[in-house]
Amino acid sequence: MLDDKDRIFTNLYGFGDWGLDGARQRGAWDGTKGLVEKGREWIINEMKASGLRGRGGAGFPTGLKWSFMPKPDPLRPSYLVVNADESEPGTCKDREIMRNDPHLLIEGCLLACVAMQAHACYIYIRGEYILEKERLEAAVEQCYEANLVGKSNVHGWPFDIYIHHGAGAYICGEETALLESLEGKKGMPRLKPPFPANMGLYGCPTTVNNVESIAVAPTILRRGAAWFAGFGAKNNAGTKLFCISGHVNTRCNVEEAMSIPFRELIERHCGGIRGGWDNLLGVIPGGSSVPVVPAHEIIDAAMDFDTLRNLKSGLGTAAVIVMDKSTDIIAAIARISYFYKHESCGQCTPCREGTGWMWRVMSRMVEGRAQRREIDMLLEVTTQIEGHTICALGDAAAWPIQGLIRHFRPEIEKRIDQYAANPHSEPVRDFGIAAE
Amino acid sequence: MPSYDAWNTGEATQIVASFAGRDGAALPMLHALQERFGFIDKAIVPVMAEALNLSRAEIHGTITFYHDFRDHLPGRHTVKLCRAEACQSRGAVALHRQMMEKLGVDWHGTTVDGAITLQPVFCLGLCANAPAALVDDEPVGNLDSSAIDAMIAEARA
Repeated sequence: MLDDKDRIFTNLYGFGDWGLDGARQRGAWDGTKGLVEKGREWIINEMKASGLRGRGGAGFPTGLKWSFMPKPDPLRPSYLVVNADESEPGTCKDREIMRNDPHLLIEGCLLACVAMQAHACYIYIRGEYILEKERLEAAVEQCYEANLVGKSNVHGWPFDIYIHHGAGAYICGEETALLESLEGKKGMPRLKPPFPANMGLYGCPTTVNNVESIAVAPTILRRGAAWFAGFGAKNNAGTKLFCISGHVNTRCNVEEAMSIPFRELIERHCGGIRGGWDNLLGVIPGGSSVPVVPAHEIIDAAMDFDTLRNLKSGLGTAAVIVMDKSTDIIAAIARISYFYKHESCGQCTPCREGTGWMWRVMSRMVEGRAQRREIDMLLEVTTQIEGHTICALGDAAAWPIQGLIRHFRPEIEKRIDQYAANPHSEPVRDFGIAAE
Repeated sequence: MPSYDAWNTGEATQIVASFAGRDGAALPMLHALQERFGFIDKAIVPVMAEALNLSRAEIHGTITFYHDFRDHLPGRHTVKLCRAEACQSRGAVALHRQMMEKLGVDWHGTTVDGAITLQPVFCLGLCANAPAALVDDEPVGNLDSSAIDAMIAEARA
């Protein structure tokens, strides 16, 4: 188990003071000037050596991402954009960072800006996070007053922070949609390439990072890459915030070392599965867009990017949704399909039409009103959507259904047979969502 | 409880003008307008299009793209109920049905007395405190039927 001395987010639960004084007591803003003075190369090399992989879901190495930024050009300034549009169902980590430890994030912004030679940083907060926006704005204000950030701050790196409040669109968490939204347009993803590192915000070089990736950076640089790399399995280094929800005895948000076995994570922090381990049906290990993993595969799996990818799922944002045997797994996945139908931006046809199509088929399958051959047809449609859209929302809509069919096909077939044995003419139940 | 001024296109135009020259001003403008008036009237579309040098279609598109922007006044309180998976696994669906029955409204509906507007939201990021809701701007966790009753009573008081 992770020792208290090795935790990065020491005020995750808000028991201490979130403000500048409290943050300084916990070690934030300590020796930042020294880190800034070590320069761009050192910061990037240290981040690479730490093995930090982006915490927003895709797991791209953060140090490498920072190194893609081109040399500074007076005509095209570089920007850092922090993605605080945390909307992935099941995920509740960035919220706690912004609410209870905002100074770690701000300090991280400064160091990341030095690494990519940027002088401006935008933080895009989702529309629903109102208290978090106020906290973060207050924390930024404190930093300006203490001259920790600003045009002529004590660290000798001119740097401004702007906070931008979103307006309730899940798709704005996609990095190019987020940039569009920052520019004041509809949040529709852009085609890549050109990648944001070349053509990002207002056509200038931009790097978009998740809140957690940025907030861990100062501590990594202070304590050294080797310390961070010491946790977790190879290629999956570091500590990670896990958001565990669903059918466990005590749901929680906890910082743990990567690659912790699932069983240990649940036993240590969540008081076990509701009704005991035999009652576990499946787990969605990384937010709603990754496929469900059945109980027997997840119980002794290590919670990290590579292990879960080999289980044909993913760590995603480490939003662990635990489902026990009382769950109607088909209905749960049907609801996820509805969510993606609701949030599709409508730009690409496979996603716009396909998400609605999948949802309609899924809502019939919940009651078993389908033919067995339709299961294969549904699976084929998911593969027609996956990889044929501009952004990953199409993939994210397809994967949960693929996971369901891969692991719970007998369950769907059983339900189809049950309905066939006792058909009725009532309209398809709509879970009360048809009105939306 | 938020209080709003009556819609006034002249004042709204001033708000739009106060953002002139800023990059990416559309969303901040819309947020400011909605904070002041509670909703965004169609009358502002040509004004914003002029100010931002965009077409009216683009402004209309932006307003309608984001769920948070509305074209009519909400009830005195807005309750957003989280419908994502973590909340559902803790019985949110039944709870939501209960609340809708008590209020006599469906999603996006406002009660007859104008006290509560009910809205769905997908994941408030309060998954460890599911089922969760956002009452006006306050997050509320661990909902049960007595908490719902209290919430309704408070809103109607």
